[in-house]
Amino acid sequence: MKLYSIYILNKAGGLIYQNNLDPSLNRLTANDYLVLAGTLHGVHAIAAKLTPTIVGKDSTSTTSGTDPTANNALLLSTGKVQNSNTNKTGLGSIETDLFNLYVFQSLTGIKFILITSPNPILQKQHEQASETFRHLYVLYSDYVMKDPFYSLDMPIKSQLFDLKVGELAALV
Amino acid sequence: MSKKGDDIWKNVDKINSELFTLTYGSIVAQLCRDFNHNYHEVNNQLDQMGYNIGIRLIEEFLSRTGAQRCQSFKETVEVITKLGFRVFLNIQPAVENWSSDGRSCSIVLPEPNPLNEFVEIPPTKDLWYCQILCGILRGALQMIQLDVDVNFVKDTLKGDDKTEIRLKLNKILKDEVPAGED
Repeated sequence: MKLYSIYILNKAGGLIYQNNLDPSLNRLTANDYLVLAGTLHGVHAIAAKLTPTIVGKDSTSTTSGTDPTANNALLLSTGKVQNSNTNKTGLGSIETDLFNLYVFQSLTGIKFILITSPNPILQKQHEQASETFRHLYVLYSDYVMKDPFYSLDMPIKSQLFDLKVGELAALV
Repeated sequence: MSKKGDDIWKNVDKINSELFTLTYGSIVAQLCRDFNHNYHEVNNQLDQMGYNIGIRLIEEFLSRTGAQRCQSFKETVEVITKLGFRVFLNIQPAVENWSSDGRSCSIVLPEPNPLNEFVEIPPTKDLWYCQILCGILRGALQMIQLDVDVNFVKDTLKGDDKTEIRLKLNKILKDEVPAGED
């Protein structure tokens, strides 16, 4: 799996970060990226409304299977890190022959979106994506949230964060 | 048996606790000077500082623990005390005095409290020395759509028998819960 690009959306669906990790990608205009982000935000929310109410009983349908109660109980009893993705009923992934797209949402409503190359080993894709999201979320909390010059919900302009995201992408 | 949250606690960066205590002490002392010992105002400032920390700190908490939405306020308080305080301050407060409707309770900070060490304040003053903690809890909970009132009711620094923070759940901001959760 190769990372093509990363998007971060604030809870209102505004694009606050975009990074093309693959230099060979065609660049869009700044406005197009905003439109793309807004569209994905909307589609994600619509998908949540379309999901039938039986979700939860059918644990195979979402990116991460565990329900919140079991997740927290496990966290409290073992003290081991759990999956922090709260995106259960919204748009989870788009898989095509040319690229894959994954959506992660935190409890606070921040969305991380990854666009990657398709992975030849099907079972591994979601695992790898969720591992990348976990690292990305930690980077966000360390290098964006702790930047005293950053104001919440505004575009991220931190060079240090860029650097760390680049390092993460090189490892994937 | 290892304490809860041990695994996560091991993986976060740490600083010397005395350095932390002294740094916090100097902030409070400076605020007292800046506001001419108007302790009511100092409490407000500490609360506001805590709030600004809390709304950012929540992301670190969630990213490092992977906690999901709690199904009840009781569960929320359990996660805060057993994981939150453990990961960030390496203490585990006790939870007491649940109201019958399950919407308010007290968190009792154990001694030694890392913020309170070496600290003495004149007993008659209005200062709530650890007020910043209230702000942090309020800010962090607001970011996960819980409107909670947090305030101190007792402090050992004032000669009380324990240090007690009262939490009261006002409202769950359902309209602001992001789409896509169960």
